[in-house]
Amino acid sequence: MSDRRNLFNKVWDLHDVRTLPNDQTQLFIGLHLIHEVTSPQAFEILRDRDLKVACPDQTVATVDHIVPTSDQSRPFQDGLAEKMMSAIERNCDEFGVTLLDLKDGRQGIVHVVGPEQGLTQPGMTIVCGDSHTSTHGAFGSIAIGIGTSNVAQVLATQTMFLARPKVRRVVVNGDLAPGVYAKDVILYIIQQLGVQGGVGYAYEYAGTTIGAMSMEERMTVCNMSIEGGARCGYINPDQKTVEYLRGRPSVPTGDEFERAAAWWLTLASRNEAEFDDEVVYNAADIEPTVTWGITPAQSVGVSQPLPKVADCVAGEQTLIKEALNFMGLAEGEPVKGTPIDVAFIGSCTNSRMSDLREAARIVAGHKVADSVKAIVVPGSQLVREQAMQEGLHEVFEAAGFEWREAGCSMCLAMNPDKLQGREVCASSSNRNFKGRQGSPTGRTLLMSPAMVAAAAIEGRVADIREFAGATV
Amino acid sequence: MTNEIKSVSGTVIPLMLDDIDTDRIIPARYLRCVTFDGLGDHAFEDDRQQDPMHPFNRAEFSGASVLVAGRNFGCGSSREHAPQSLMRWGINAVIAESFAEIFFGNCCSLGVAAVTASRDDLDKLAASIGADPTLEVMVCLETLTATAGELSISVDLPSSAREALVTGEWDYLGQLLSAGCAVKEHMATVPYLNGFSA
Repeated sequence: MSDRRNLFNKVWDLHDVRTLPNDQTQLFIGLHLIHEVTSPQAFEILRDRDLKVACPDQTVATVDHIVPTSDQSRPFQDGLAEKMMSAIERNCDEFGVTLLDLKDGRQGIVHVVGPEQGLTQPGMTIVCGDSHTSTHGAFGSIAIGIGTSNVAQVLATQTMFLARPKVRRVVVNGDLAPGVYAKDVILYIIQQLGVQGGVGYAYEYAGTTIGAMSMEERMTVCNMSIEGGARCGYINPDQKTVEYLRGRPSVPTGDEFERAAAWWLTLASRNEAEFDDEVVYNAADIEPTVTWGITPAQSVGVSQPLPKVADCVAGEQTLIKEALNFMGLAEGEPVKGTPIDVAFIGSCTNSRMSDLREAARIVAGHKVADSVKAIVVPGSQLVREQAMQEGLHEVFEAAGFEWREAGCSMCLAMNPDKLQGREVCASSSNRNFKGRQGSPTGRTLLMSPAMVAAAAIEGRVADIREFAGATV
Repeated sequence: MTNEIKSVSGTVIPLMLDDIDTDRIIPARYLRCVTFDGLGDHAFEDDRQQDPMHPFNRAEFSGASVLVAGRNFGCGSSREHAPQSLMRWGINAVIAESFAEIFFGNCCSLGVAAVTASRDDLDKLAASIGADPTLEVMVCLETLTATAGELSISVDLPSSAREALVTGEWDYLGQLLSAGCAVKEHMATVPYLNGFSA
């Protein structure tokens, strides 16, 4: 009688156009988000084959990766970036796709814009040529990152082939301690399950800790699913999801909204739903967390020392040595107190209003350490505008942060915001890979925006729970 | 058109490291482009600059067409630029302990054979290549073996990917288009495209 399918399988079944004998499903895609980096070659494929965009109404573009966050005047100083910008403008114009460009007040990081505009809704299949598409799973959708060939396929057919993954329920129960944020929860989960623990799985995040989170916090958790190897992570829709979406531009109104909300809530996995695997964690075990290495799983609680190589399993030792060597850190030493050169608050993981409000609360009345360059990059133009209405930019600027325009910025350094040389960056972004922030030898420490704010002021990794003046 | 890929043969470039991410395979600054042309020159650019002895710098591996790697190869970003840069460098097959999913899917889209093998076997293969870099390996997708001189190891890949390569049907776009009006018909059943009353 009752539906024992979890949300993932319900939504998958709804979008199954046909399943081929080799287990590949041709899946209908409800929303295709595109940006300037992974789409130009896809549009070329369409041109080569004389194909149209199958469903322009289910396709929305914005610009984020290459966008300068200070001088946005055109043409851009970087000729290559200008060429990419012109390409997406021409492609969207020619193929009839809506483009939220720099002149459009709705532009921003694609994973901030989708939810903000209400484009992202429960029960959808959502793809984008970007691995952090998993963010949209926070609404109870199947949201996955795809490559450029897939982008072309979805543009031309509004479908793609996928093999159905297994589903693991990742349960976190209990109250988070003061100073522990959604970012710490996902860093902890990745630390526990490893960077490839999620390969072959979609993650359903559940439990009272997740249930108590705001939609923005849920987006932070789902955003980093891919860093744990899971291409997709999601959270069951509930009344918070409904209230977040009510009144957003792309969401229906009136009776249709009520029908939508009722349907969304039916999608949630019920208590008796079946999963291929389940893990359970306690919120009480999670500390403010900092990465010390070159993968997002190489992290410790801020009060903990770095690992000792000899204490680690043999198969991990080479990687741990490589990481310590690259980072210039010593085994067994505390992570707290590690000096930083740059502080970055932004990225699709942590650039929304709640992130900026919390960081501003920490920095209020303090000064960024003399040795630190600190920047705040809002996730979208609308976030930026809202933050300015609340006066957050003044708080940040008074403390010595630079207040920038919306974009991906220093998360991946495809724009002018880059680390120099061996600089160490306290970053609210999602990846600490070698060279990720633009300098081949630059070093990244991932942490929550509040922890970045505290590190900026102390000039070194600080424990937000002990931070002077912060009531956490 | 013969797109069938039943086997890949050539010399080997060993890179027995774990968790090699796509930012290392192709640093983001080289993604500032509107075509994939020229990406082969920048494969592992930053790693190569910091390590003169990096396999991608060493003359003895310069003509290799098979890459041998460790666990979770290609993790990180969805950028197809990563397998594109390897392919344009000359790599037609990757044998690794395991792959990140999006990277694996991108390899399938490009007709790059991405197969897995056990760590022990990979270490043996890497050791053979270390002893003789001119040794050629043949990765056979029909027998699921990789053979190099005296050494023969088992390799694996999901049957759907294997079938696509062996039959030459890895042009997924053509197959997706063949669904024709089934997609339009399906759209009529999706609640959010039909006023939530479907």
